Amino acid sequence: MKRSVLNILDLSVEELDQLIATANDIIANPAKYSEKCKGKKLATLFFEPSTRTRLSFEAAMYELGGNVLGFSEANSSSAAKGESVADTAKTVSCYADIIAMRHPKEGAPMVAAMNASVPVINAGDGGHNHPTQTLADLLTIYREKGSFDNLTIGLCGDLKFGRTVHSLINAMSRYTGVKFILISPEELKVPSYVKQGMKDQGIPYVQTTDLESVMPELDILYMTRVQRERFFNEEDYLRLKDSYILTPDKLKNAKSDLSILHPLPRVNEIAVAIDSDPRACYFKQVLNGKYMRMALILMLLEVQ
Amino acid sequence: MNIDSIKNGIVIDHITAGKGMELYKLLKLDRLDCSVALIKNASSQKMGKKDIIKIDSDFRVDMDILGYVDPGVTVAIIKDGVTVEKKQLTLPQQLTNVIFCKNPRCISSTEQELPHIFRLTDPKTRTYRCMYCETKAK
Repeated sequence: MKRSVLNILDLSVEELDQLIATANDIIANPAKYSEKCKGKKLATLFFEPSTRTRLSFEAAMYELGGNVLGFSEANSSSAAKGESVADTAKTVSCYADIIAMRHPKEGAPMVAAMNASVPVINAGDGGHNHPTQTLADLLTIYREKGSFDNLTIGLCGDLKFGRTVHSLINAMSRYTGVKFILISPEELKVPSYVKQGMKDQGIPYVQTTDLESVMPELDILYMTRVQRERFFNEEDYLRLKDSYILTPDKLKNAKSDLSILHPLPRVNEIAVAIDSDPRACYFKQVLNGKYMRMALILMLLEVQ
Repeated sequence: MNIDSIKNGIVIDHITAGKGMELYKLLKLDRLDCSVALIKNASSQKMGKKDIIKIDSDFRVDMDILGYVDPGVTVAIIKDGVTVEKKQLTLPQQLTNVIFCKNPRCISSTEQELPHIFRLTDPKTRTYRCMYCETKAK
């Protein structure tokens, strides 16, 4: 039966465990997987530019021995002629075995999934969901920490529009002993429905505007970029964009085994000097994203 | 004030005073060509004041709209001048084209043919969220 992944919560904890196990096996034995998707095609429908996610999906499919077709911006697709998402999904289903879709409008991949006859993966829909980024985050946390339990996770920056933050909170809330520290300017705090979700599940969280004061507690520091494209008002963006800049000096009270994550791209919120710190995990996270996308494609195509 | 009893039709009673006109519009009762009575501010022992709608035909009332707007109403089905059924309302699990998503970032804001579907996500707080973008209904 066709199965799509639009939200990280579409995957059960058992399925996440299975994806992580597959990704770890791919890392250990890449040759075993090099022809698993031979003859299969992935369509990357990117209605909004995203070099990183698109290339990651494409690399994932190529490393599985499959092929890729698609477009990288709406102007070069039939959407420019006014075609609906539903019609695009029905059409592309005739050419491809699986679809990865990025769209600026929230819920567009759901509309695609309702109309496509092949699995659809949400590769980011506006400020809403981005489940495969969360898969990358989870594999990174797992490989760095060895488990998901009993971690204090600091989320810093734009926690209002940062969809990766909301998805990570949803995903990590399902593990035991997890605590969140939410670090953001007043204007970019986590939306109330996300906080309500944590309250309902009894997940402890603290809100603060001061990164340095909470630094010693953190096992994971998840930095985010303040995204220009999420603001209607340029003035607000300019005022808030430099709220948090992580420098080596700010890490002096951090744990020696802290893991610093960032969904990338980074602008200036993590100083380049931190890249050489062994606690910086954001480029490993990029690589892990490709492995998790490989594992997800295998799962949705039901390739053994 | 006297309103004739209806023979075959529906009486929507115990409407919170002031909500009758909203229901009248949402149920699209203006499109009916049978007798329709909207009684505002009728006296009620239980509620003080209430609105009542009487429809003199076997029009199928959208219970989801009633349940969403005013779950305390009662619906009586009348046949040959006698009440044959009284319906209890519950909060509907899903609403289609009753409320509309106001989020300008939602796919439903640009794709005109998409139905606006909201799902009940928290019955305690009567919270509905857009199926596509999960924005809370206001």
